[in-house]
Amino acid sequence: MNIKENLKYTKDHEWIDVQGDTGTIGVTDFAQGELGDVVYVELPAVGTAIKAGDPFGTIEAVKAVSELYAPVSGTVTEVNTRLAEEANLVNQDCYGDGWMIKVKLANPSEAGALLTPKDYTELVGSH
Amino acid sequence: MAYLPHNNDTRKAMLSTIGVSSVDELIKPIPVEVRQKGPIDIPPAMSEVDVDLLNETLAGKNAVPGQYVSFLGGGIYDHYVPAAVDHVGSRSEFYTAYTPYQPEVAQGTLQATYEYQSMIRRLTDMEVAQASMYDGGSATAEAALLAMAETGRKKIIIAGVLNPRYRAMLETYLSAQDVTIEAVNRPDGSADFARLSEATVDAACIIMPSPNYFGGIEDWAKAAEIAHAKGALLVAVFYPIALGLLKTPGECGADVAVGEGQCLGNPPAFGGPLLGVFATRKKFIRRLPGRLVGKTVDSRGVMAFVTTLQTREQHIRREKATSNICTAQALLATRAAIYMSLIGKQGIVTLAQTCLDRAHYLAEQVSQIPGFSVPFGANFFNEFVIEAPVNARTILNRVRERDILGGIELGGRFPGFDKRFLVCVTEKHSRAVLDQFVHALREAANDGGSNTADSSRASKANARG
Repeated sequence: MNIKENLKYTKDHEWIDVQGDTGTIGVTDFAQGELGDVVYVELPAVGTAIKAGDPFGTIEAVKAVSELYAPVSGTVTEVNTRLAEEANLVNQDCYGDGWMIKVKLANPSEAGALLTPKDYTELVGSH
Repeated sequence: MAYLPHNNDTRKAMLSTIGVSSVDELIKPIPVEVRQKGPIDIPPAMSEVDVDLLNETLAGKNAVPGQYVSFLGGGIYDHYVPAAVDHVGSRSEFYTAYTPYQPEVAQGTLQATYEYQSMIRRLTDMEVAQASMYDGGSATAEAALLAMAETGRKKIIIAGVLNPRYRAMLETYLSAQDVTIEAVNRPDGSADFARLSEATVDAACIIMPSPNYFGGIEDWAKAAEIAHAKGALLVAVFYPIALGLLKTPGECGADVAVGEGQCLGNPPAFGGPLLGVFATRKKFIRRLPGRLVGKTVDSRGVMAFVTTLQTREQHIRREKATSNICTAQALLATRAAIYMSLIGKQGIVTLAQTCLDRAHYLAEQVSQIPGFSVPFGANFFNEFVIEAPVNARTILNRVRERDILGGIELGGRFPGFDKRFLVCVTEKHSRAVLDQFVHALREAANDGGSNTADSSRASKANARG
């Protein structure tokens, strides 16, 4: 189980890498392991406004589909278009090439309320 | 799997396995007030002989094929069903297979459905066809939902008069949402291209039936151009047999093609069961409703079939599914596949030509009867509107006395159409039968012939016993 130290986490197994007022978002190693082979990721268009706690897309495995929940509020500035043809990047490299969206944070201090690596480790430990 | 009702011994054994002493103890959680008191109020059991006699009496209330000559169309068509379709389709492996939920176990059913999908693709020149919907009407409604999901818009345009039942279904499916449905047609039921472009602004789709409900042939290619220019989809509602002659939805640039597949190897029966055909472009594949069979290889590299993209469906995606449908008209689809494989690419052309020729022959003959006309011209496939000199119902009642079902009266659904009725001609109508129909129409308008008809009906009734 891979949990990165420099990231923040949500209870729904998304991670966010905050640099100033930009954030890169994806799903954790735990999430991709539970889902199995990811076959499709539905992501919002660039320019879409996302709201902390609300779904911003979906992730599909063969016999399951889950919402993706926004860790923070902001505007989508970039979308990982590689995932359209290579959804399995989420399984192979969920913290790197399997990133999903980049956002401009509406409120950078929001990230403070998210789970630390230690909090997240505890959360998945109990699963 | 056999059906064997249980007896007291098996009941006792089952109860003891789960540690319950009686059925009463089992149903204890159900409140006393809602429990059945005493035996269910149905008549006592009958012997097999008596049941058979009862069934005959009840069935005797229905007309059977051959008892009437039928010119009924309006969405359900009386085409010839080859004996081989009944024979192969009645094999218990096909007849009893339904909608598998551990589908990979039912490879035979899946393959039959896959073949059906492949044939529909070829028939329509669309890129993907699914396992089937309930009927053409609900397929049309689901196509509108797909267009709305794809475009985010809430306006539906109908160009070319749509089957009133399809229109009603569309309204039912969309009734819980704030959607505008607008028909843009001329008085003869054909699409009004002068107004269509402007009407399509902010529309999710144009729904264009061709032939339309009055039998007229519409221009899908032109409608597709208009739709796409306005960011909308074209939903082509088609008649499978007509595709033997008409340009296909795929060739014309349609985004979704839907239609009624009953005409492919299935009888009109009681106005059902029916077969909803649904095909679309690959780019909309994740918005497809219903089941979709795919071909793949198993772990040994052997060809195998699966139901694929199941995450669209409601047993996984729940309220966000593309549709609530979780079944397909598997038996009718299998029969349609058998039929299409029998008739083949050439056969369907010949069949369509036959229907067209005979329908046009009838139209020519009818327009020569004094007082009768074919008001909407010759731009039709095998269905057209006849205008009588008097009320259509009067004419149809009179020809019925000669054991002819002359067509569908239009006055109820279409204001001002009291003298008009819709007739359909198929390969089952010989020229002699068409001439008889023309004669019957002529007589019906002249108020005559009822005595002869009564005696012919009486002798038929005696013959049936």
